[in-house]
Amino acid sequence: MGAAASSPDYTADEMMSIAAARSLRDGQVCFVGIGLPSTAANLARRLHAPGLVLVYESGTLDTRPAELPLSIGDGILTDSALTVVSVPEVFNYWLQPGRIDVGFLSGAQLDRFGNINTTVIGEYTEPDVRLPGSGGAPEIAASCREVSIVMRHRLRAFVEQVDFVTSVGYGTGPLDRRMLGLRGAGPVRVITDLGVLEPDPETSELVLTALHPGIAVEQVRAETGWDLEVSPDLMVTAAPSARELETLRGMRTVGSHPDDRNPDRTTEGATE
Amino acid sequence: MAKIVSLSEAVAELVHDGDTAALEGFTHLIPFAAGHEIIRQGRRELTLVRMTPDLIYDQLIGAGCASKLVFSWGGNPGVGSLHRLRDALGNGWPAPLEIEEHSHAGMANRYVAGASGLPFAVLRGYAGTDLPLHTPTISTVTCPFTGEELAAVAALNPDVTIVHAQRADRAGNVQLWGITGVQKEAVLAAKRSLVTVEEIVDELTPVPGAVVLPSWAVTAVAEVPGGAAPSYAHGYYDRDNAAYRAWDTISRDRQAFTGWLRELGVQR
Repeated sequence: MGAAASSPDYTADEMMSIAAARSLRDGQVCFVGIGLPSTAANLARRLHAPGLVLVYESGTLDTRPAELPLSIGDGILTDSALTVVSVPEVFNYWLQPGRIDVGFLSGAQLDRFGNINTTVIGEYTEPDVRLPGSGGAPEIAASCREVSIVMRHRLRAFVEQVDFVTSVGYGTGPLDRRMLGLRGAGPVRVITDLGVLEPDPETSELVLTALHPGIAVEQVRAETGWDLEVSPDLMVTAAPSARELETLRGMRTVGSHPDDRNPDRTTEGATE
Repeated sequence: MAKIVSLSEAVAELVHDGDTAALEGFTHLIPFAAGHEIIRQGRRELTLVRMTPDLIYDQLIGAGCASKLVFSWGGNPGVGSLHRLRDALGNGWPAPLEIEEHSHAGMANRYVAGASGLPFAVLRGYAGTDLPLHTPTISTVTCPFTGEELAAVAALNPDVTIVHAQRADRAGNVQLWGITGVQKEAVLAAKRSLVTVEEIVDELTPVPGAVVLPSWAVTAVAEVPGGAAPSYAHGYYDRDNAAYRAWDTISRDRQAFTGWLRELGVQR
């Protein structure tokens, strides 16, 4: 998890957060999970997307926290919100009818069709690892107009098939979302610390479409549990600018202490 | 009319062995003091219901109060895992724990149905996920008007719901604000309810966005200043993030946890 080979100026995690922030457009409405997604969305708001609307499942709508929240229900989210609604309302009135442009999620396992597992590693009844569970993720993945996933690229996480489908990406292929009645488009990009994967328009399988600077295709394939295809139009991500890095490093987590250089400790759970 | 009582009286009267109990509060206003009183009074075989079990249920589970957990996200928010929950699920320590697992949207709607006097709620949810294979309170229903198939979840009607609020007046009307989560629904869905409050005041001055629970919809109110710590009470005190981090160490180890129980005044 050290710095990219060709550049000692930033870490792979920083590249990931910056690439994820860049994927958000000004004026979009974004349903944010805690951890990596929250870092990226708050970074975007401080850079190119000051009008990005952040919605957290605690019911805080259009919140503009001065520091990063540690949890989705921190007081700092309430203080800076346009309004605070109840939890049934945030899911039923705001998420379910399709009012949210982008759902920003993470997970413990992700498969070739963008399905996310945050429930168990192994069998449900006798798991090897019990993870936190669903939180808001299943309905975020179903109902947002599109979904972005941000997670560290590791072989144990990028698997052929998830052990448990907590949140549906493309199910088993391109027809599943429509058959299941899922109205959002599903995951349109997966941003990792190595590069970017996007669904093939024909098969919905995730393929490598961008590499971060200094990362080789073979490195990504070695950390991917399926036979990862590479887009013929493979791009290279622009390296972080000085302003991006400075802004990211200047974001402090509420009540943080020196162990908290990286505000993300909860990649196990997509949201709370 | 809600009775104004002490916390220990309220727990003794309203929380019984074998009850289905919901202690709600979405990150904010978690009724920790009431949870600790349940541990001190040694309740057993509770079915604990809560969207985010948080530290409060990790503590109740570790103390052996629970036989079942109904939930939707079981982590230590911003920190990691709930180790007492994991130990109970993986090793049956200190007692085996059954689980019933939902998504947040599902749990929220189960409370809404319970508060509304309906047997189930309808939502767009769970389609294509593996949860319905393991959770019998998730099903489907066909819309009688459009023929569309939708998710149905069974209503939640706890025997007792406990929440924490900023304040109540002397008649027992309750006022809470900030992140209000599912507290209103959880109280109205329950057969009995207890609200612990930071303070009891002569008059409830209006606060923007506040939820008010009328006295006649609440069974008992107890004044417990600081009763939500280490979570927070908006306008009174902040979330003690250091305590959430420290719990990771305490809860990892059975002996350290037993020491914590002893400090709470519980011998085992």
